[in-house]
Amino acid sequence: MEKVAIIGVGQSAFVRGFPGSIRELAFEGFKEAVEDAKVSVSDIDASIICSAPEYDKQRSPSGVFAEYLGLIPQPTCYLESLCSSTSAGLRMAYSLVKSGLHEVVAVLGFQKMSEISSAESQERMGRGADIQWESPFGTMMPAYYAMFAKAHMEKYGTTLDDMALVRVKAATYGPINEKALFRKPVTLEMFNDPNHFMSGPVASPLRVGDCCANADGSSCLIVASEEKAKALSKKPVWIRGLGAASASVNMAGRDLVTGLAVARQASEQAYKMAGVTPKDIDVAEVHDCFTISEILAYEDLGFAKPGEGRELVKNKETYKEGSIPTNVDGGLLSKGHPIGATGGSQIRTIVLQLRGEAGEMQVKDPEIGLVHNIGGVGLYGNVTILGR
Amino acid sequence: MEMSPFLGGEEMDEKKEIDDRFKKFGTVSFTSVTKVNDFIDYLEKGKVMGTRCQGCGTVFFPPRANCYNCLSSSVEWFEISGKGKLVSYSKLKYAPVGFEEDLPYSIALVDYGDYKIFGRLAGDIPDDEISLGMEMKTVVNKLPNGQLNYVFEKA
Repeated sequence: MEKVAIIGVGQSAFVRGFPGSIRELAFEGFKEAVEDAKVSVSDIDASIICSAPEYDKQRSPSGVFAEYLGLIPQPTCYLESLCSSTSAGLRMAYSLVKSGLHEVVAVLGFQKMSEISSAESQERMGRGADIQWESPFGTMMPAYYAMFAKAHMEKYGTTLDDMALVRVKAATYGPINEKALFRKPVTLEMFNDPNHFMSGPVASPLRVGDCCANADGSSCLIVASEEKAKALSKKPVWIRGLGAASASVNMAGRDLVTGLAVARQASEQAYKMAGVTPKDIDVAEVHDCFTISEILAYEDLGFAKPGEGRELVKNKETYKEGSIPTNVDGGLLSKGHPIGATGGSQIRTIVLQLRGEAGEMQVKDPEIGLVHNIGGVGLYGNVTILGR
Repeated sequence: MEMSPFLGGEEMDEKKEIDDRFKKFGTVSFTSVTKVNDFIDYLEKGKVMGTRCQGCGTVFFPPRANCYNCLSSSVEWFEISGKGKLVSYSKLKYAPVGFEEDLPYSIALVDYGDYKIFGRLAGDIPDDEISLGMEMKTVVNKLPNGQLNYVFEKA
């Protein structure tokens, strides 16, 4: 079976108020990935541009970026599945390469969120759910995930402190990730201090510290056929498993409110394709858009039984030295969440880990890594398993 | 007057009334034209309605004009009645653009068994009287700005 590799990864720093336009933002992640892959731009024979729509004025950014990055006249297209856009892009790149249609494909994710206010952003994000039947009630992402948190607390006894500990862990690694937006430590005491901004209410039971922040950023993955990868790369990282699923957009269509069905379905597919089990995963990146999301991810991915996710973070099993290091780049909570760039950043982290190039964040000798990337409120789920 | 090379199309339309009743749904509606616009008329009569497929009997809430099960477009209305159970909720202290005046408010999911309903909790339920699993009923609610939605009250 012909394999498909990731031979280059890059991302911009994730920041507030990137001082440039979206094409200039895209250039940053792209340049790093191309230099990392040691390919020339002309080696790239197709590009897939990924983001969530409506954060900037540009319609159809693919053509603009392809021209700006020197990727014309090769084919390009735009692909979105909200926060999981780049993982979906990687899945598409895999098929383009596997089919033999292309040999080297660039997957470029970006988002410039600082062009609109935080409240406007909540409105955009809210409209990533059901605009006909849900948005008119005044919905926003933190409130949807808060409903999952409330149900999980009620059913399993997960506490506010358990969720806060996810943030404390994320903030352990933010300071050592030079691309991260939040680089200061966070303590449990901050969550329990009513005067600290971290404890401020957003949507019960979630507090400010439970939520990731909007950011500007770009990320890029260079995907290659086995032949090209072996010719071009000293340390190709192989795509071993891919899983993807979708769910009812309206909460009224969800049977599960203490986990994300899409994550369970996508991970089952990815484990099966890779021929591995959760126990085989040496390092993971999960979609911690909110603290509760990481606890749900532990359970949906089979790292913990349903209801026992909190134990992993309490016992430091998901810290760098633990049995299943997770989000040791700081996660979305520390890095910030430039929607369309997030999946690519997660995948970049795992690629660097598998190559042994993650610097201070490096876990000991990982062979198999996993990326869990969710779009919307469990609307789209993507799980990717990578190996050396 | 110079003609645009890309006409909107409305230049060719005969004048007709646009049925945009759905713009009355919720504090801010993002949809105006839908085949289930009668939902609004029912709200005005104090009724919250779902649809049932006349081809295969599948029950829908939110109401749908088309059935994914048998692909029929023949649906009938039925009234939401009786009690459901509160699955989960969240009280917002921060709102998206357009909803600031409504704060604080709680979004919620109620399970009726054959279908679930997403909406808001009635504003007058004290926090300490809300518990998951409690029985609730769905009632029409008129918003201060004249718009209509529905809320969940203690049953």
